[in-house]
Amino acid sequence: MDAAFDLPDGISPGAQADLRAAYEASQVGAVLEGLERDLVGLAPVKTRIREIAALLLVDKLRSGIGLAASAPTLHMCFTGNPGTGKTTVAVRMAEILARLGYLRGGHLVAATRDDLVGQYIGHTAPKTREVLRRAMGGVLFIDEAYYLYRPENERDYGQEAIEILLQAMENERHDLVVILAGYKDRMDRFFQSNPGMASRIAHHIDFPDYTEEELFAIGERMLSAMQYRFAPAAIPAFREYIARRIRQPRCANARSIRNALDRARLRHANRLFASGHANLSIGDLMTIEPEDIRASRLFDSGDGEAAGSASPPLPDRAPGTDAPLFNTRGLFRAPA
Amino acid sequence: MMTNYGNRITQGQFSFLPDLTDAQILAQLKYALDRGWAVNIEYTDDPHPRNTYWEMYGLPMFDLRDPAGILREINGCRSAFPNSYIRVTAFDSTRGWETPRMSFIVNRPRHEPGFRLVREEAAGRRIRYTIAPYAVDRPEGERY
Repeated sequence: MDAAFDLPDGISPGAQADLRAAYEASQVGAVLEGLERDLVGLAPVKTRIREIAALLLVDKLRSGIGLAASAPTLHMCFTGNPGTGKTTVAVRMAEILARLGYLRGGHLVAATRDDLVGQYIGHTAPKTREVLRRAMGGVLFIDEAYYLYRPENERDYGQEAIEILLQAMENERHDLVVILAGYKDRMDRFFQSNPGMASRIAHHIDFPDYTEEELFAIGERMLSAMQYRFAPAAIPAFREYIARRIRQPRCANARSIRNALDRARLRHANRLFASGHANLSIGDLMTIEPEDIRASRLFDSGDGEAAGSASPPLPDRAPGTDAPLFNTRGLFRAPA
Repeated sequence: MMTNYGNRITQGQFSFLPDLTDAQILAQLKYALDRGWAVNIEYTDDPHPRNTYWEMYGLPMFDLRDPAGILREINGCRSAFPNSYIRVTAFDSTRGWETPRMSFIVNRPRHEPGFRLVREEAAGRRIRYTIAPYAVDRPEGERY
């Protein structure tokens, strides 16, 4: 045999693996396509998911012809600002891993500190174990994982939950994938104080903020999912809204867009009421007009070129009182 | 006993079969979980058939999707009580059922001495029959 490399015992040199067939059999292509179609932007995230899918598929082929294929550890850490799609991607990830045969269930159990950490001595371990049991065969998604660790209180039970988690991540890595999520800087600090956790997580995936263009595409998708549509004149208004919103502090990306659309729907409904028309067409019920968007307070401040719209904007304050209808100003205040 | 070869206790499902392997236990538990039944683990060293209340190992496990976690608990119970009877029970809370739907033994003592036939002489010339496990003559915890 003059193979360029030595084959392990028991492997015939003629063994062949059909990557194409394995790819089609796993149906992971449909999931990846769905990911591409449904999620706007997030290029680094999609690349990493594709890499993981490829690795699992190749591992499957390797074990098919008898080569060693140790199941890789797939614990992950998703970092990014709020509203960048961490939870959505985690749900997709569970589905992909199930399709590839890495997980049996493909379900996602979301947990926060409250679900894992007990309130008195001896309460934490059973609580954490119960959550782990529920997540077996699927994905355990721990949102804002850094709250588990509270260095300022040395008697905090979070450390106990972390230790049980670490043990499970090591011993049950064939049954369980743990995904931690949170803000980047706090997550980094969490890993600094828990080096064991950092070393058990193979994939650190950073979710970038969306660009204006991506946010607009997301807004359009949300709106059509809610069965509304923009009037032609509302499109530039919404683009301008996004441009202003993104400059505000604490922009929560897609979540801010969802909130903005919810407020626009409120104004839309209010406008229909105020108009007093008895008969409304389907178009009236579905169409968001520019004034629904331009009534936002974001257009009050700033240079004023957009403030004067054709129709008088709906008041942002409840009639007869000083109470704001939508008190957004406090939310946008920069942190002290 | 002639009818019970090897003195193996036959209670619950599958008890006339050889002991289930872990893979078989997982498959049975998966069946229960897919139907939404809550599984719990019990152990005892008093296997009299009228002893329906065994000790619970941990709490009943609700809302599980995958049986791997239950097997982990079973193994925990096996290492804590290696020489006891351990059974798992799947409880169906559906209205109208509200009862265990599955129950089978997953662990037995190494040696099962079986049951003794006890004859009690009652009034007149009547004889009352009952059975008693040989093992329960010793105190709890030292029986097998």
